[in-house]
Amino acid sequence: MLEEKDKSELIIEDPTVEQTKLRRRAIVGQIILGVLLIVFWELSSRIGWLDSYYWSSPSTIVRTGWKAIVQGNLLQDLAYTSGSTILGFILGTAAGYLLGLTFWWSDLYSRIFEPYLIAFNAVPKLALAPVLVIMFGIGFDSKVVLAFLMTIIVAAIAAYSGVENVDKDLEKMLVSLGAKRRHVFMKVVVPTTLPWIVSILKINISLALAGTIVGEFISSRQGIGRMILYAGQVLDIDLVWVGVVVLSILSIVMYLGTVWLEHVLMKGRTPKP
Amino acid sequence: MSELKIVNCSKYYKKNGEPMCALEKADMHVESGRFISIIGPSGCGKSTLFNIVAGLIRPSRGTVLLDGNDITRESGHVGYMLQKDLLLPWRSILDNVIIGLEIRGVPKKEARKRALPMLRHYGLGGFEYDHPDALSGGMRQRAGLIRTLLYDKDVILLDEPFGALDAQTRMQMQNWLLKIWQDFKKTILFVTHDIDEAIYLSDEIYVFTHRPGKIKARIEVDLLRPRNEKTLMNDRFLELKRELLLMLREERISE
Repeated sequence: MLEEKDKSELIIEDPTVEQTKLRRRAIVGQIILGVLLIVFWELSSRIGWLDSYYWSSPSTIVRTGWKAIVQGNLLQDLAYTSGSTILGFILGTAAGYLLGLTFWWSDLYSRIFEPYLIAFNAVPKLALAPVLVIMFGIGFDSKVVLAFLMTIIVAAIAAYSGVENVDKDLEKMLVSLGAKRRHVFMKVVVPTTLPWIVSILKINISLALAGTIVGEFISSRQGIGRMILYAGQVLDIDLVWVGVVVLSILSIVMYLGTVWLEHVLMKGRTPKP
Repeated sequence: MSELKIVNCSKYYKKNGEPMCALEKADMHVESGRFISIIGPSGCGKSTLFNIVAGLIRPSRGTVLLDGNDITRESGHVGYMLQKDLLLPWRSILDNVIIGLEIRGVPKKEARKRALPMLRHYGLGGFEYDHPDALSGGMRQRAGLIRTLLYDKDVILLDEPFGALDAQTRMQMQNWLLKIWQDFKKTILFVTHDIDEAIYLSDEIYVFTHRPGKIKARIEVDLLRPRNEKTLMNDRFLELKRELLLMLREERISE
């Protein structure tokens, strides 16, 4: 026989399979790293590498946290803090977005207001917290206002940048099709600016949380911020750690929430380059 | 019926304090259903003229009449397609082409129903629900033109719609455009740099001069229709081409 048979196997590469494999491995790696860090923290505070008075330990934090849930008000505090954060975030981001969009309407108006927008952005809003607590009381409202102020200008500036990026030729095309300004606004300006506002959602949710916590530090009867402050004053450092851990978890959950929101808003669209 | 008259239109801009003429005394009389090309060097005021006819800018002097009615500085009377396809990237092709209908208040569902057969008949079948970035340049221009057609005005302005396409696609698109023009009996004003394209497509060609933009000549293209690739080798075609080339060369020398 002259013909030699090729006995090697037919190799067909499937890039999607490679990708899923990579993703799976990455997740396993992430879990292992997390567990290792916690184990390391636990062990080092037990054998004395870390001073367990200051650094506590994962097991103590879990125990203290459970006690705070069962005997204390940890869950109510959590609801209080997350409630004012989310409310302030939504109101601030929405108001800021609308404010930024108005800059499209008139060049004169946008020129008059632009420096004030930048100036207001430069004001350290957290420094106003004592005044705001006096103005709005030590309850829920003052925390919402703080979260609101932390987020509104960031959103307004993002929307304004989006407005400046509206393609003049798209406006021209629509006008040639008989569009009025409101049509251009709804069909071009809003969709163009959407990626800009979406890209700052993640930043704003953490700014809102920072605003709320500072509000609670200043004066409050409830909230994780107040709990941390109180725990620090009575030198219950384990409880401070519980507060920090709970806030971190809250922050992660809200972050995932904005990722989901981003996904919903940008459905069927390619993200901003 | 739609008769477009451009009467004595001029446009001046101030540049460094000096008035600069972009378009000087343009007079055009376009009969219904004709295919008119406008050819000239860049900066000859072709786009200025289109913007005036589309009502997007105000002429410094002169009027635009459509069927005897003054439409100067009024947008929405003619279809206008720019060189860029200007499709909205967040909308599907189908939703892009119906935008003119939407603006006029036609419900989305109804508009889609009207647009679908048209997309399919004119070479965009299978792309209806794709987004513009999934389409080639030629396909995107098709969508842009169908959007203009669905807006349903008798006069359509096309500003170098095939300028960015490669030669092969260009030829295809020219035949496609002729088919559409015959099917819809529109009046078309077509700006181009390309002499072959102008002759191949048009009934008449207006030659513009370089700054100030001014109509230099009007040439009747008496080639038989329907035209095809053979038309390009026709003696009369070559004669017209020579004539136009000489005219445009004069323009370049006088620059």
